[in-house]
Amino acid sequence: MQGNIACAEGALAAGCTFFAGYPITPSTEVAEHMAARLPARKGCFIQMEDEIASMAAIIGAAWTGARSMTATSGPGFSLMMENIGYAIMSETPCVLVNVQRGGPSTGQPTMAAQGDMMQVRFGSHGDISIIALSPSTVQECYELTASAFNLADRFRCPVFVMTDEAIGHMRERIEIPEHVPIIRAKPQKPGMLPFAPEEDGVPGFSPFGTGHRIPVTGLTHNEKGYPDSTSPARHEELVRRLVNKVEQARHEIADAEIVNPDAEYVFVCYGAPVRTVQEIVDRMKIPSTGYLKLKIVWPFPEDLLRRFPHVRAFIVPEMNLGMISREIERHVCVPVISAGKIGGDLHYPEELIAIVDQARSGRTA
Amino acid sequence: MKDDWLRSDRLPHIFCAGCGNGTIMNCVLEAVAQAGYEMDSTVFVSGIGCSSRAPGYITTDSLHTTHGRALAFATGVKMANPSLNVVVFTGDGDLSAIGGNHFIHACRRNIDITVVCMNNHIYGMTGGQGSPTTPIGKTSTTTPYGAVETPFDLADLAVAAGANYVARWTSYHVTELTKAVHTGLSVPGLSFIEVRCQCPTSYGRRNKYRQPGDYITYLRSSAILRERWIRTAAPGAEVPGDKFLVGEFVRRSRPAMGVPDEA
Repeated sequence: MQGNIACAEGALAAGCTFFAGYPITPSTEVAEHMAARLPARKGCFIQMEDEIASMAAIIGAAWTGARSMTATSGPGFSLMMENIGYAIMSETPCVLVNVQRGGPSTGQPTMAAQGDMMQVRFGSHGDISIIALSPSTVQECYELTASAFNLADRFRCPVFVMTDEAIGHMRERIEIPEHVPIIRAKPQKPGMLPFAPEEDGVPGFSPFGTGHRIPVTGLTHNEKGYPDSTSPARHEELVRRLVNKVEQARHEIADAEIVNPDAEYVFVCYGAPVRTVQEIVDRMKIPSTGYLKLKIVWPFPEDLLRRFPHVRAFIVPEMNLGMISREIERHVCVPVISAGKIGGDLHYPEELIAIVDQARSGRTA
Repeated sequence: MKDDWLRSDRLPHIFCAGCGNGTIMNCVLEAVAQAGYEMDSTVFVSGIGCSSRAPGYITTDSLHTTHGRALAFATGVKMANPSLNVVVFTGDGDLSAIGGNHFIHACRRNIDITVVCMNNHIYGMTGGQGSPTTPIGKTSTTTPYGAVETPFDLADLAVAAGANYVARWTSYHVTELTKAVHTGLSVPGLSFIEVRCQCPTSYGRRNKYRQPGDYITYLRSSAILRERWIRTAAPGAEVPGDKFLVGEFVRRSRPAMGVPDEA
């Protein structure tokens, strides 16, 4: 199965019934597959006039209680930033698949990249926090997209499946489980206001048409949902809660694999570069190397970096000029070596081994 | 009965003294109540601007969204749950400038929603900048020497883009407006009702309509019934620049989307 198709199948398994999208390479197969599959499930596929409208439509659909999704790549992702902010502010559960390609601008439509990892975290204006997943296999495309819907419902925020052209167009054999776990948003409790948080900082969710008469706005609002945009205290309370409900749960949300925790040279990787790292550490067994593979990159699980007590350097191979390596730098005291690579080719094992050898000999690139 | 549709705990509202938006909200709620809509199955959607504040004052589920995007959000609501009645409030800038693309595509798809555009020819909330419907020669803060761009005719635009029902009235024509909205609610597909209205604070003040009544007098005296114009005007004659047509522009039954199953 192809990675993009696996994203679509994972969404369907999770009960996604609404997809709005706009054609863009290299993500289009997700939309095409949803267009083929949703009508038979009494779901709705709609091709919108642009990515701004696609993002708007999935938010509208989510407020009717539907599990909704869109898929895009860099240029479309840039257009979605506006309504991604709206989904965050209005606490709308929804899922976006971003099959990353080379940027900036139109860049490399058919080549892989991971250049949107900071945009997904900080791209929409204002103080925000989101959840971003990163599959490195076709199997994970299926599983992580399915689990993205549960995270979106649990935390009431947009959740991003940050795949890339290499994984999206890769074909691998996968195992499709009988069922995927489905955990829907907790309902609004009787007597609770629609935007009043429970202990975990997340309000219960009541879709439109269920008699709760909820006013939803992108303005700073009170717990009733009424605009209150000039009170500094109200804004601080609301935005801190929206950020903290995700950030404070980062250890609970974290999904990672740790290999060789005694290693001195530790790769931190996510997405396609995981495959090269596994070649070096798991199969070539280059001495004193290990890795931390992140399946969820944001919120960043910085405590996992402390699980390597003998680390001398973290090496971060990613298909950008060093985005997550910067995040790691602010959490650790040992050298962090960015092994960024752009252009569309995956990392070759010998490139990363050379970096390990350099680090071992006391020199850094 | 209509009062039940308003959130009294949201008062005072933000509309300026003499604003036409309250009149239009009143007509729309009257039509919605007459149509027998239930509060729990009706959703009001809007974008950004003075007009777009209207849904927040109404006692139903509502979605006050981003600038220009109301119709795209409304498309998602209606297509995901066609049993909901969806009514959109928008303004001339929201609908036809930043939201122009969504406008023509919602009309083309004939999504089964009713769209009411409060056209006051100006960006009121940001303090009176020119919009795509500011008439040539009129003054705004961004057209201090008079607007030079040709304005959109929103009703003609909706007809050309394919909407199944299109009408235009003004904040003076409250009975006709209420009837038009009522008709719009009942026609399957996209119903578009343009309502020309006064903005004494940002438009009237700079264009010799300082009192709200001044502009309402202009609306009354400049509106020509479309039916009468078609009957009496010479073939091919243009509507004089300071006049405009009101009435029903189209009522048809092209294929529509998001129409609830009768079964």
